[in-house]
Amino acid sequence: MSVKPMKANARRNAVISRVLIYALLIIIAFLMLIPFVWMISASFKMNKDVFSFPIEWIPSNPRPQNYVDIWTKIPLLTFIKNTAFLTVVVTFLQVFTSSFAAYAFAKLRFRGKNLLFLGYIATIAVPWQAYMVPQFMMMRSWHLNNTHLAIILLQAFSAFGVFLMKQFYEGIPTELCEAARIDGLSEYGIYARIMLPLSLPAVSTLIIFTFVNTWNDFLGPLIYLTRNELKTIQIGLRMFISQYSAEYGLIMAASVIALIPVLIVFLSLQKYFVQGVASTGLKG
Amino acid sequence: MSQVNPAVPAAKRKNRKALRSNLVAYSFIAPNFIGFCVITLVPMVFAIALAFCNWDGVHEIEFIGLQNFAKLLTDKTFKTAFVNTIVYSVGTVPLTLVCSLGLAILLNQNVKLRNFFRTVSFFPYVASLVAVAAVWNNLFNPSMGPVNMLLSKLGVENLPRWAAGKDTAMITVILFSVWKNMGYYMVIYLAGLQGINPDLKEAASLDGANSWQTFWNVTLPQLRPTTFFVVIMLTISSFKVYDQMFMITQGGPGNATITLVYDIYNVAFVNTPKYGYASAISMVLFVLVLIITLIQFKGSSADN
Repeated sequence: MSVKPMKANARRNAVISRVLIYALLIIIAFLMLIPFVWMISASFKMNKDVFSFPIEWIPSNPRPQNYVDIWTKIPLLTFIKNTAFLTVVVTFLQVFTSSFAAYAFAKLRFRGKNLLFLGYIATIAVPWQAYMVPQFMMMRSWHLNNTHLAIILLQAFSAFGVFLMKQFYEGIPTELCEAARIDGLSEYGIYARIMLPLSLPAVSTLIIFTFVNTWNDFLGPLIYLTRNELKTIQIGLRMFISQYSAEYGLIMAASVIALIPVLIVFLSLQKYFVQGVASTGLKG
Repeated sequence: MSQVNPAVPAAKRKNRKALRSNLVAYSFIAPNFIGFCVITLVPMVFAIALAFCNWDGVHEIEFIGLQNFAKLLTDKTFKTAFVNTIVYSVGTVPLTLVCSLGLAILLNQNVKLRNFFRTVSFFPYVASLVAVAAVWNNLFNPSMGPVNMLLSKLGVENLPRWAAGKDTAMITVILFSVWKNMGYYMVIYLAGLQGINPDLKEAASLDGANSWQTFWNVTLPQLRPTTFFVVIMLTISSFKVYDQMFMITQGGPGNATITLVYDIYNVAFVNTPKYGYASAISMVLFVLVLIITLIQFKGSSADN
């Protein structure tokens, strides 16, 4: 074999594999996005046109009226307000209490540390669905069913958050804390001025997870919130779908609206996300 | 406290200092731990106790020993739910694994618009389940959905009835789950891929390995811990499945897609509540997850 054809061969192979990779990527992006495109397209259609085939991707007479009507058909604004309130409170509590506790577990020495941490780890393995029934009974005995407080309590204190933040903090050199201590900073000061600013990727990861989980949570609100004025967007939307199952255009418009906040949060934090997953040991 | 009292012996001072630093540490942990204890730990213990009791939430709690568990053995719905959960698990775990690994490898290449493709693949995971399930139901509508329209254009005669068919309902849910969740596991794989030492790949290519051989002999073995983690996470989350079924098939047709959590929900919150019995089913779910967790524990300590 001479050198020249081998080189040409390699180049040809490289070109072929490039083309293959891009072809695959385009197919995947297509599969991932097509339901969303269909959703947006259908949200601008009359009910009778939603299923016309071949699909009219850009409606010939678009009907933005769906986006007006949906607000009066169901109390969508109330649902959104409720969900936004719950999500913001839960995310704040989760990030604050988890990172606070994680600092102690990662950087401080104290009595009972291992035992307490074992308590957290042991419960990560217990699925919420296995104790949701007694938890509901407990909350009900405190008259917390049909309150937002119940959902906040349910979501705000997770072992997962503590674990995630601890893993990240352990990667931050302890010398940094030592130096700060010598400079006279209190432990609270070290947490607030050094650890928290350094843990932005982990905090972003936790925010994305908590925000997405709370915004999209279904079973929790389904069990706890039965009064309309308290419902979140997920169960509100679900209720609308089962009541007006043939209002395709309206359902799709409401679905698009339900997606937007998560999309905004995700897109604004996503650059930290892969880095966050990589550095918090979520990859195992 | 900061003033050092010379009358206090050194040992006592040291004790006081230790106590103080303990208290500081506890103050960091307290906000999370108190909430966690009350909201999570207490109900967990209560759940175990409740599994041995009979309770409808109105009358007195009555201890009935193992009767709930004996009843499970003859409960047809429970058996169906159990089998369905396993079927769902066996269907989703390998499929999601392969798809997410493939996707991660593609997106780890130096391609244009890489971030765009990554974001797009992750998007179904963050999207609201109710919303995307509604779209899915429309797309796979048996009589007028675009998927079946396309199939009939292509000449398929016995059009699948998807969520409405007894044999296809589970497949429909599995496909949906794979589509929705693969982006998340892709991110985990991407993190794993970025942790592989590039020298290893270079050494392989110097030895004349083609990219397929490099993948089998370098990349895949190096990803072993990640794959292990992904399998465990996928399996555990597949045992907890409920929402997808609730929104796409309502557990039907018949009980074709009812799962353990679906059964727990029905027993506890629909019709006459049977909290004790629901807790007994919960224990089965707990034991399933526990087994997987123990495997993980053993596996990851063997890895280290």
